[in-house]
Amino acid sequence: MGTQHIISIGDFDRDEIDRLLDHAGQIDRKKFDPDALVGKILAVLFFEPSTRTRMSFESAMARLGGTSISVGSVDACSMAKGETLADTIRVVSGYADAIVIRHPKEGAARLAAEFSTVPVINAGDGAGQHPSQTLLDLYTIRQSMPIDGIDVALVGDLRYGRTAHSLASALSLYNARLHTISPNGLELPAALAAELRDKGMEIVEHEDISEVIHDVDVLYVTRIQRERFPDSASYFNVASSYRITPELLADARKHLIVLHPLPRVDEIDPRVDESPHAKYFEQSRNGVPMRMAMLLQVLQ
Amino acid sequence: MKTSEAAENEGLLVRRIKNGTVIDHIDGGEALNVVKILGITGATQEALSIATNVPSKDMGRKDIVKLTNRELSKEEVNRIALISPHATINIIRNFKVWEKKGVEIPTLIEGIVRCPNPGCISNTHEPITSKFVVTPKGLHCKYCDWVITKDLTSHII
Repeated sequence: MGTQHIISIGDFDRDEIDRLLDHAGQIDRKKFDPDALVGKILAVLFFEPSTRTRMSFESAMARLGGTSISVGSVDACSMAKGETLADTIRVVSGYADAIVIRHPKEGAARLAAEFSTVPVINAGDGAGQHPSQTLLDLYTIRQSMPIDGIDVALVGDLRYGRTAHSLASALSLYNARLHTISPNGLELPAALAAELRDKGMEIVEHEDISEVIHDVDVLYVTRIQRERFPDSASYFNVASSYRITPELLADARKHLIVLHPLPRVDEIDPRVDESPHAKYFEQSRNGVPMRMAMLLQVLQ
Repeated sequence: MKTSEAAENEGLLVRRIKNGTVIDHIDGGEALNVVKILGITGATQEALSIATNVPSKDMGRKDIVKLTNRELSKEEVNRIALISPHATINIIRNFKVWEKKGVEIPTLIEGIVRCPNPGCISNTHEPITSKFVVTPKGLHCKYCDWVITKDLTSHII
């Protein structure tokens, strides 16, 4: 068997995803060997800013007894001198037992996997894929309810939001129904929607969150980026109509959970944090056991 | 039997070649794209004859490309399928048809088509060639998952 990489959620079938989620669950219950990755080194190659993904990968590696190395900021590495990503990956392959990469270009992780002699894990490539986020999203949903057949509302920037794309693809394996609520111009890409519908997924578009709040099990909120709008006024106008508030959630199903890949800006009213619906910080915490399961999968 | 018009066209426009490749039954108007997808430019060495919109009994009109002193490989032949899936290839040796073959749609095409996604890693200075998996829906970029569903020829490198 060749080197195992984790590049796209689309590379997994349903059983493989379920096995990884099960494994994360065991790890969460402290059933893991804290010395499993002693002597192993993870290279953390982040060419874009990150807090949660990066720190949770490093934390996951440390909890399994391994070590992480990194170059610090992009400005401090050879890429700033014009080195190709391919060369960087060839070099770093010699220093580490696995590479976790975040890069602004779509397909960068796939390229890295071509040139690497060690496993590569994609931690986000441009507007492309972010499989570890999707896995921890699924894991968080599964902590509250079985994933099969649920109604999931995707709210916010669905055009550029890679976490929404990956999650939608994964949910198609679970016969989930998708509800989309997004500003004009930031809708789910037509090609992705067509692909999901071809897989039998039902996708319903809505104008307003209140239209659908009674009917969904998961509200997956993503950040609407200010730079997508011509001016601050139009941004605030749009952003305010996609804001999750306690008043909105008053009509929700009792078991509804609110997820957000974070960082949030104005999308979720801080008063929601105290609500039993709010699971986004738990979701963030779940990044560690989920990524521990992923590291064990590629390194053992 | 050929119509006199067709015979005249062939006689005048596309003379027999001694050695090389004749690509026949190209969809009318696609000959220049076939030449493009084969990477033939003004800077390459082939003697090239092109006939477009030749009357054809089966196709209504068709294009023909003749390449002197060059035999196309299977991979090159299959590229043509992306543009003109009915094309036929005749390898000519000493004025005779040495081999006749149809085109088959390839499963993977490398370095022929540019990914239209400006954010794709294949559009940077990395030492890679573009790679597209041929699917029923179109050409699927192996790097960024973009799918080219129409107007393929405008993306030929």
